[in-house]
Amino acid sequence: MSGTVAGQHFSPSAAQLAIVALTPGEYADAVRLLGRPPNELELGMLGALWSEHCSYKTSKPLLRRLPTESPRVLQGPGENAGAVDIGRGLACVFKIESHNHPSAIEPYQGAATGVGGILRDVFTMGARPVALLDSLRFGQLSSPRQRHLFDGVVAGIGGYGNCIGVPTVGGEVYFDDSYSDNCIVNAMCVGVVEQRNLTRARAAGAGNLVLLVGADTGRDGIHGATFASVQLDGASHERRPAVQVGNPFLEKCLLEACLELAGQAGVVAMQDLGAAGLCGSAAELAHRGGCGIEIDVARVARRERGMTPYEVMLSESQERMLILVEPDRAAFVQEIFERWDLHSEVIGAVNDTGRFVVRDDGHGVCDLRLDVLVDGAAERQLEGTRPRSVDRLLRAEPMSRKPPWNAERALLELLASPNIGSRRSIYRRYDHQVGDDTLIGPGGDAALVRLRGTNAALALSTDGNSRYAALDPRVGAMIAVCEAARNVIAVGAVPLAITDCLNFGNPDKPEVYWQLEQAVAGIAEACGALEIPVVSGNVSLYNDTEGRSIDPTVVIGMVGLLDEIERRCGAGFSTDNDIVAIVGLIEPELGGSEYQRIAFGVNEGPRPSLDLVLEAGVQGFVREAIARGLLRSAHDCAEGGLAVAIAEACLIGGRGARIGIDELAQSNKNAAWEAAILFGECQSRFVVSFPRSSLVELHELSSRSGVPFRGLGATGGSRILVTGAIDVDLQEARRAYDGALAVA
Amino acid sequence: MRFGVAVFPGTWSDRDCAHAVELAGHEPVMLWHKEHDLRGVDCVILPGGFSYGDYLRCGAVARFAPLMESVSAFAARGGLVWGICNGFQILCEAHLLPGALTRNASLQFRCEPSWLRVENTDSPFTSGCAPRDILEIPVSHGEGRYVAGIDVLDMLEASGRVAFRYVNRDGSAVGGESPNGSMRDIAGILNKEGNVLGMMPHPERACEPLLGSADGMRLFQCVAALVGEHGVFSSAGIR
Repeated sequence: MSGTVAGQHFSPSAAQLAIVALTPGEYADAVRLLGRPPNELELGMLGALWSEHCSYKTSKPLLRRLPTESPRVLQGPGENAGAVDIGRGLACVFKIESHNHPSAIEPYQGAATGVGGILRDVFTMGARPVALLDSLRFGQLSSPRQRHLFDGVVAGIGGYGNCIGVPTVGGEVYFDDSYSDNCIVNAMCVGVVEQRNLTRARAAGAGNLVLLVGADTGRDGIHGATFASVQLDGASHERRPAVQVGNPFLEKCLLEACLELAGQAGVVAMQDLGAAGLCGSAAELAHRGGCGIEIDVARVARRERGMTPYEVMLSESQERMLILVEPDRAAFVQEIFERWDLHSEVIGAVNDTGRFVVRDDGHGVCDLRLDVLVDGAAERQLEGTRPRSVDRLLRAEPMSRKPPWNAERALLELLASPNIGSRRSIYRRYDHQVGDDTLIGPGGDAALVRLRGTNAALALSTDGNSRYAALDPRVGAMIAVCEAARNVIAVGAVPLAITDCLNFGNPDKPEVYWQLEQAVAGIAEACGALEIPVVSGNVSLYNDTEGRSIDPTVVIGMVGLLDEIERRCGAGFSTDNDIVAIVGLIEPELGGSEYQRIAFGVNEGPRPSLDLVLEAGVQGFVREAIARGLLRSAHDCAEGGLAVAIAEACLIGGRGARIGIDELAQSNKNAAWEAAILFGECQSRFVVSFPRSSLVELHELSSRSGVPFRGLGATGGSRILVTGAIDVDLQEARRAYDGALAVA
Repeated sequence: MRFGVAVFPGTWSDRDCAHAVELAGHEPVMLWHKEHDLRGVDCVILPGGFSYGDYLRCGAVARFAPLMESVSAFAARGGLVWGICNGFQILCEAHLLPGALTRNASLQFRCEPSWLRVENTDSPFTSGCAPRDILEIPVSHGEGRYVAGIDVLDMLEASGRVAFRYVNRDGSAVGGESPNGSMRDIAGILNKEGNVLGMMPHPERACEPLLGSADGMRLFQCVAALVGEHGVFSSAGIR
């Protein structure tokens, strides 16, 4: 069948299989499906495309459970990014992706190329990127190594985003021992395109030409996809050649040229080169369209001499794209790239054979069935086991411990916690304004980015608290979805869709697989209840070093739409003598809280409870109140609980508040009870402020909807005052908050 | 009037500058780096970005662009040239302005609000401001620390060529604690004739109250008013 392919009598050793991360069983599958043993190049290509990173062989059976449809969805999972209808003939294109493994080895380039990769996923679809967000996890900053990783990652995100001119408008970061060996770097990109110019990565039309555009191909990043699918170990730093180097300038030119192409006649498809390089991109492009493809590696421009076909096919050199173009339009397309001083070369063509043929100056070196290469990896049906350690954690009684501080001190300690304090020292290093559309930048609940030329804006947020997920991955994932929705609602927008990034340990451990299973179920349940589809996402497994796995880390990237920017809402108390109120309940819950972590150094007890009916009610209440112009501020109540949410609203607004909480006045309650009321992370709550004139209507809204709502006090003054518990000067609070990420 | 907006590969404030020009009610004309034709514009804006990647030194490659030959000649004829952020860096590299812009004193990129005191109100860019007006205009750069020899700094001050100085929000001196640590807190300077302005902050990001400040719009309007009054600006030196 493929008699022209050289070197097919090749029998890989166990060590060679290990390099391409195929199990002996998978190798046997490949031989059976192909009807012959693969040669060395084919084996490398199979290893890359059958890796977890490309094939999702472990997570795919679970991911099918996610809801992916709504009337708004234009493109669900399966393309480079998801797309939703945002009206006005426009589509919002977005996706989140992990770059954990490279960042752990080389933080600057790992993070930078993570940003570069997710940008390409979006402009590949013809959309102009309008915003970047990121979600980061590290160990404790007191460790020099963690500080090095943190500084490198922040510099890398800024280095790429600032240079290419796409604003980094939001994100989140947490520090926890669980990430000491495996940092998490997730980047999200959001773009906007006219719906008629939405471009897919789906090959069609035998005879159409495959154009490789952008950077020359070097030896960097070979086996990057397989590297991302194995555990890190003591020798991982030796894999530095598997980390790519970014060139944001080149990508900026590529971006502009590709956007000129989108919607042009004769441009059939665009596909960026990401994981598994040319091999992965060409295979996916052809297979999605049910085509075949033939390319000649001799026509690929190289950065260095002597590269083998194997190296050319598997290189993950950055800033490259494939463009599929009708033959008579190739000259026109190449002229556009020429104008941007970008090299482009016809390296092959699509056909209708369903095969992937690679030649080296005409000589056949690979001939694989595309269905085998792209879809042949056997899905792994793993069994999850609930870890017993969870039972011990859940049995703990958080309120049995004696608080080390009074409430006032505890508030200052929480504001100074790296997990809560001001992120300004990070986001001032990111250009968050370029584009002239950032209405709310970093530091609010969600970022708000205007849709140029309209009166509408996109609300964007990334969220995921892994402490809850460590105690209960299902509800932890549900909370991540709910919190992201709350953040989007707090600025006045309606949630449209999410992209998710699932960062987990080694799924071959039944306990980790159980976490993954539970988390996916949780996302599905929350998305179902809130009617929010998942349109794109990414799974990063094997975040595991020498047997230690990270806590389950579900990051949700949410996109919402605000139709009238005049209706936007901020998080800070904006006016003196407004009423401060809470939407939602006040319950004493300390499990999984930041308070518990900093006061007792533990994460235990029942995680916060979540009632999706109450959650949907609270969200609906705040949405309606903002839409009717009743509120002057709305802030999601998250880490640090009610007291921190109030303090943050004071700090953002630059004014104090006088608060009374009835529960604190109840006699026979101890200090732990007080801490649980003030700092417990009870879910489904907003702290809002409004003028007296709104009070009647808000009460009516509450009684009509049955959503709990009650006044707590008033804004004004220069102190954060909670009767009987806290009396802190705003300046003192600000010092604590602003210093949270300072070098220790 | 027609504002030319230069586009080098790696420029990213071009769209924002064009947006600001349109908000001001005027016509932006994009000028491609490979061309010489300035297409009859009344003022050339060199916008922010990382021209040619700025991997060598900010602005060091852009000064050799074909477009810059025309811009230099235009400036020599008295044409208005306005360098913003990367544009300021390019103007220094092209020796249309003295001094240089080096790595921020913090060694980090800074994107944040800044407050500028208007030090010269005679220039075509600032004549719409009153002396010592405070403008809120954001910065966004990694290499914006203005440096020059003491003789140059003294000369700039003595001849009224310091256009803007970083100050605190309340107008008080920052005393070196500006976003980039510029010498004498300099945020923007003029050439001898007053027709070339370089500034690190981004006035095009401060043209709508919705974005936090509309102070930058005053500069765009000032240029437009002047050109509208006199036709193409022809300078006879400032002061």
